[in-house]
Amino acid sequence: MAESNAAFATSAEDDDLIVIKDMHKWYGDFHVLKNINLTVKRGERIVVCGPSGSGKSTMIRCINRLEEHQKGHIFVDNIELTNDLKQIDAIRREVGMVFQHFNLFPHLTVLENCTLGPIWVRQTPKAEADEAAMAYLEKVKIPEQALKYPGQLSGGQQQRVAIARSLCMNPRIMLFDEPTSALDPEMIKEVLDTMIELAETGMTMLCVTHEMGFAKTVADRVVFMDEGEIIEANEPHQFFDNPQHERTKLFLSQILGH
Amino acid sequence: MSEVTQSYVPGTHPDMAPPAGQRGILLWLRKNLFSSWANSIMTIVGIYLLYKIVPPMFNWAVVDAVMYAGNREECQALGSGACWAFIKDRYRILIYGFYPEELRWRVDVSFLLLCAALVPILFDNAPMRKPWMLFSVSYPFIAGWLLLGGAGLTPVGTDEFGGMMLNTVVGVTGIAFSLPLGILLALGRQSHLPIVKSVSMCFIEFIRGVPLITLLFVASTMLNYFLPPGTTFDLLLRVLIMVTLFSAAYIAEVVRGGLQAIPNGQYEAANSMGLKYWQSMRLIVLPQALKISIPGIVNTFIGLFKDTTLVLIIGLLDILGIGRSSMADAKWNGLSNEVYISIAIFFFIACFGMSRYSIYLEGKLDKGYKR
Repeated sequence: MAESNAAFATSAEDDDLIVIKDMHKWYGDFHVLKNINLTVKRGERIVVCGPSGSGKSTMIRCINRLEEHQKGHIFVDNIELTNDLKQIDAIRREVGMVFQHFNLFPHLTVLENCTLGPIWVRQTPKAEADEAAMAYLEKVKIPEQALKYPGQLSGGQQQRVAIARSLCMNPRIMLFDEPTSALDPEMIKEVLDTMIELAETGMTMLCVTHEMGFAKTVADRVVFMDEGEIIEANEPHQFFDNPQHERTKLFLSQILGH
Repeated sequence: MSEVTQSYVPGTHPDMAPPAGQRGILLWLRKNLFSSWANSIMTIVGIYLLYKIVPPMFNWAVVDAVMYAGNREECQALGSGACWAFIKDRYRILIYGFYPEELRWRVDVSFLLLCAALVPILFDNAPMRKPWMLFSVSYPFIAGWLLLGGAGLTPVGTDEFGGMMLNTVVGVTGIAFSLPLGILLALGRQSHLPIVKSVSMCFIEFIRGVPLITLLFVASTMLNYFLPPGTTFDLLLRVLIMVTLFSAAYIAEVVRGGLQAIPNGQYEAANSMGLKYWQSMRLIVLPQALKISIPGIVNTFIGLFKDTTLVLIIGLLDILGIGRSSMADAKWNGLSNEVYISIAIFFFIACFGMSRYSIYLEGKLDKGYKR
């Protein structure tokens, strides 16, 4: 950890899409995130895991300012996250996010959900946005649902629409906040398959998930968090077979034990 | 037994007609009117009450009513029922108030234009909605010009406004301006900016804490103390402002209820997409929040429309005021039922229309959400 800290000193390395440096966050008196240091390189796939309440969701929500950090620095694509609304908007345009509960807009059709961002944020002409959205819906294998409303789809389909909606913004980074936790077991696979295909396209991804199988097949690095700290970060092979830290071992034994 | 080739669950044989009393009107009667002893008794009592009430009312309003008469005595000589001759004699003043007779076509035209302006607002499948909407937006100015005159038309003072037309002017203006103002107040109350938030909150709480009549009195008398001497500030305009502010405060609270029903995830999804505050409100939050608030909003509008009769208290002669003064006419003295019933019918048509429209709109907006 100490040597990687030194690498963070220059944040302007071209390959680093996300740089989180000595970041702290408090909810009132409660210290949720403690001294977080993490770099995500272009094209890197990182899985963040850890017990519930460990701060993993909070951490990735800090990256697009859904949560505010109180100390330290976050750089996304060399733009620092500050209170400057322009910077925040610039970062949010480049960062796609997929939520645990999908958060699709229920009053808009699937297609409208996908084109809203491009049309209003990127000023894409409607016809072009429609075309791009259909292409992404094709990729997540639900083009035939384009004119339905989210309420008419299954959970897995909704989550795939949510992924397509994020992709329509042409983000440089995709954040996944427990994308499969609210799904029935038989729907988890269709969403994970979509995510694996996305990873194969070279998208930079930061996923909070409990799907260890996904971590093993897709991740370049697995980050383990507990009680607001990054305990261990390693490539999946090392992480699963040779965990360094006692807490990691305990967590892995609990999650893989059954 | 083994010869039986096909069996049916009892009662499901396709050729079997339902037994008598299980179909048609008999079934309906049994299910709805005579399903139990208590229900049967209530049905009979209900029929008896209708028998006691409806025929006499019908006789009064139609059979024994008098359509042509010169005064009350003639009316009573001709029939024992309603004296509609009185309303016939007075309906123009009930509609137009004291608006100059030769200029009343301007009221008619502005009413017709109002109906035309409402179409694209109320029905989103209206053809050529966008250009039509431009007309709707400019309607308040057109109506103002038509009703007040000036720029080529004979000017008419607002003190000559009255009757049904005055109620409509106050009601429509209040409704049209209080909705956007109420939405802004509701958003203001949820704002993170402390000044915006506290101003909205104080405004809403103050207005809701004071009766409308008090506000109207303030509009008619108190304002003169605050305004520099010599400024004339049209009484009707003051009333319009007060009525708008009053209903805006109520709309704000109704809309706030709708806003609170929107899950946080919707805001987060809109934010994470990079939508700006006003974009996310307009595109994501308000369409959902307003849909939830429709019954409450229409409820407030109906209340507002009926409250327009309160202007009577500060001396504006709305339909109720005109009606009451007509009753004092020596020729028609004391014919209050006819007047009040006519006024009630006017308000009922307007309010029932709003209510039906709200049901239509809810049904239409609901479709997309259903599985």
